[in-house]
Amino acid sequence: MILMQGKGVSAGVVSGPLYFFRRSQSEVTRYTVKDTEAERARFSRAQEQSVSQLKMLAEQCRAESGDDAAMLFDTHAMFVEDEDYVDSVLTTLEEEHCNAEYAVQQAGEQFAAMFAAMDDAYMQAREADIRDVTRRILNNLTGNVDGGIDSDVPVILAADDLAPSETLQLDKSKILGFITQKGSGNSHTAILARTLGIPAICGLGDALKASYEGRTAYIDGESGKVCLEADALTLQSFQSKQRGQQQQKELMETMKGQEDVTLDGRKIRLYCNIGSPEDVTAVLANDARGIGLFRSEFLYLAASDYPSEEEQFEAYKSVAAAMKEQPVIIRTLDIGADKQVDYFHLQKEENPAMGVRAIRISLNRPEVFRTQLRAIYRASAYGRVAIMFPMITSVWEVKECRRACKSVMLELSKEGIPYNPETEIGIMIETPASVFMAPELAKQVDFFSVGTNDLTQYTLACDRQCNDLGKFYDPHHPAVLRALKMAADAAHEAGIWIGICGELAADLSMLPTFLAIGIDELSVSPAAVLPLRAAIRKSTAGECTLKMLED
Amino acid sequence: MKQFNYVLTDPEGIHARPAGLLAKEAKSYADTVITVTKGGQTVKASQLMKLMSLGAKQGDEITVSAEGGDEEAAIAGMKKFLKEHL
Repeated sequence: MILMQGKGVSAGVVSGPLYFFRRSQSEVTRYTVKDTEAERARFSRAQEQSVSQLKMLAEQCRAESGDDAAMLFDTHAMFVEDEDYVDSVLTTLEEEHCNAEYAVQQAGEQFAAMFAAMDDAYMQAREADIRDVTRRILNNLTGNVDGGIDSDVPVILAADDLAPSETLQLDKSKILGFITQKGSGNSHTAILARTLGIPAICGLGDALKASYEGRTAYIDGESGKVCLEADALTLQSFQSKQRGQQQQKELMETMKGQEDVTLDGRKIRLYCNIGSPEDVTAVLANDARGIGLFRSEFLYLAASDYPSEEEQFEAYKSVAAAMKEQPVIIRTLDIGADKQVDYFHLQKEENPAMGVRAIRISLNRPEVFRTQLRAIYRASAYGRVAIMFPMITSVWEVKECRRACKSVMLELSKEGIPYNPETEIGIMIETPASVFMAPELAKQVDFFSVGTNDLTQYTLACDRQCNDLGKFYDPHHPAVLRALKMAADAAHEAGIWIGICGELAADLSMLPTFLAIGIDELSVSPAAVLPLRAAIRKSTAGECTLKMLED
Repeated sequence: MKQFNYVLTDPEGIHARPAGLLAKEAKSYADTVITVTKGGQTVKASQLMKLMSLGAKQGDEITVSAEGGDEEAAIAGMKKFLKEHL
């Protein structure tokens, strides 16, 4: 038995034949070129090709794994055009009258060494990026194509280190997992592997030998163990872990398309929380039945000035249209002095959690509020949009919000712009005041949604940003749960529904209590949808008790 | 020439992403050379790799200078950029 220990950077257990990644590139040789101008032109062409390939990779990545991963390739494209890198190539061409390949390789070595020598782990890891970019330019110069996977069966891919672009270009249907000699949990490859959901182990060092090619290996991306020719006992432990995982995965797959209903027939609306239009892909992939909280802050935080009505409209509309007839609950601006949005010129506050934030800003600045409401109402013509107001404490606030909605609807009617006049209006329950006033508030709105993080903070007088509070900050505290029950009772009395969109919604241990309280909707992150659905389908609402509210 | 000092507040410092954006921003001022200095080392703001090689981290003070026809706008632009991204 051969056992290797590396660093598990992406969880999961798989077994399969080892396949070593081959790079097409042969050694770069230096030769003298008389026509330096022609070499410059060759380099420029390879440079242009590289940039356009990287832009395509960025697009592909944006669609597959989101903006952050895509930014990597955008950065690579900028490296290709970096002044100093290009200068270094051109100077070598000029002074040494050599071929472009050699000049590019020299520049690559120079800048890779510069990053490798820095005393910062993040910057050191950029050495791999420079090498990746350099290899790309070289391949474009020579017409080489980096090796794909020449195997009919799926394999565990082994390599010294995998460059991010190499990982992305591989045929994923052929890869069971990654193991590499070098690399760290910080490397882009590790991050990409996690995003793609493929097990990966880095840093196996010299223990990983090319002579192992073709041999069957077990890898555990959690413990970082790789095993060849496992003995009976080791094999058993790998296999049982693998079976457990497989069962879990299959169970989750079987949950797709299923109704969110308890054994005794109580239906729950299972929705998702999202922070930007890109997240909709994950919502649909996990089969959620709507969006229970669409945070609109991203529009404000990412901008350097107030986002225009048009900009907001496009964002809301894209989500509403993508979700078709399923509900999309858009929460109006929820920022405060703790989130830095310069152009709002918010005064510094001693205690931003209790300062001018969320709906208070909207009501203080009717123009900002109006722009957002117009954008939301315009989007309501393209799907099933609802509006939700954050941090409500008083009935008059809701009345004022409703007046603002009404005047926006009037404007749109006059302008002949389509909108849905039946757009539902709801509020967040996150302050003790809103719990006490719930019976009156319920008469003003179509639904309640509880923000458990803020409700916990305000109810228990525990700053959620403060790390030292530990056991005092307890979202399971009976006071918080009793507040939930008070709000739920008031909602049902008035004939409206109540949901939870805070982190607590995904807490499986709380599900029986929520069912006993009579919560109608749970809105969670996309990854939490299927496990929660499985739990709902195993529950019997009638047997759930309010025991947790007792002390 | 105009210049100002700025203390980085971003926990990751001038890492790849903001460096890329900064280099792009710096190139948008025609006829003006913008430089960034940290600990006696000066690079042009448009030099992406060199800019990253400064290794500027949270809490480090950098000096930004602009010289040329568009220096007023460049200084204002860089101030705004740093506040937003770094």
